[in-house]
Amino acid sequence: MPLPISVTMDQQSEIGPSPFEEVVLVSDPAEARRFQEELEQFLLQSSHASTKEIFSIKLALEEALINAIKHGNQMDRDKKVRVLYRVMAGFFEVRVTDEGVGFDPGDVPDPTAVENLERPCGRGLMLMRHYMNEVCYSSSGNCVAMSKVLCNSKK
Amino acid sequence: MSAQPKRRRLEVEQIGDVTVVNFIDRKILDEQNIQIIGEQLFSLVDEDACRKLLLNFGNVEFLSSAALGKLITLNKKLQTAKGRLILCNIDPQIHEVFEITKLDKFFNIQKEEQTALQAF
Repeated sequence: MPLPISVTMDQQSEIGPSPFEEVVLVSDPAEARRFQEELEQFLLQSSHASTKEIFSIKLALEEALINAIKHGNQMDRDKKVRVLYRVMAGFFEVRVTDEGVGFDPGDVPDPTAVENLERPCGRGLMLMRHYMNEVCYSSSGNCVAMSKVLCNSKK
Repeated sequence: MSAQPKRRRLEVEQIGDVTVVNFIDRKILDEQNIQIIGEQLFSLVDEDACRKLLLNFGNVEFLSSAALGKLITLNKKLQTAKGRLILCNIDPQIHEVFEITKLDKFFNIQKEEQTALQAF
């Protein structure tokens, strides 16, 4: 299936042959919660990610999922959030696509600027960028691809 | 959204004139939960007239940016009421979330409850 992601992400995808797992979620935060538990188990079992890396992935994904459910799909249970993810030695990759109109990440104000500090928006995106190595949005703005290099692989 | 019973999300204890709040949830996530936690925190200020509020994050393993927004509103509420908000006992991983968003400088954050109680 063609995915609207940037060239860089496509190049990175070629690192490993591991196939993507696919999950389709109803636009309900409880679904995000259920999926997060599932992913945590998956990551623990894969033994590729350290506790700290799992925290990072979960936090970035929490923000991406809530953005998709709340802002993208406007909590409309008829709209779905599609998640593709895979983990391999040294690398985790996830793509979250919603059925919303998308947004321009460039329009999000810097949440750390003094005048914006009390505003509730923008921190999610910032956390995603901090905790993942790469975060990129499709030009349509309704699909985010994130990846993280996993350093502390347990044997 | 499915209806959820409004169970108590906070453990509240009065130490002198400081109201110490412990979170019952280990993960502060999800709009609905955060909304309820927020309401319970706000009512401590609005209804119970608490002016010195200490949030102990000892139980909290995970929170998202939505929770940070609530804390900012709570802080504003307390400032307006001439009160004070102090946060303490924050797990290093969670403290990093405050650092990244530069909220570690915005909030008064103390390491332990004891030092926090003295900081009011």
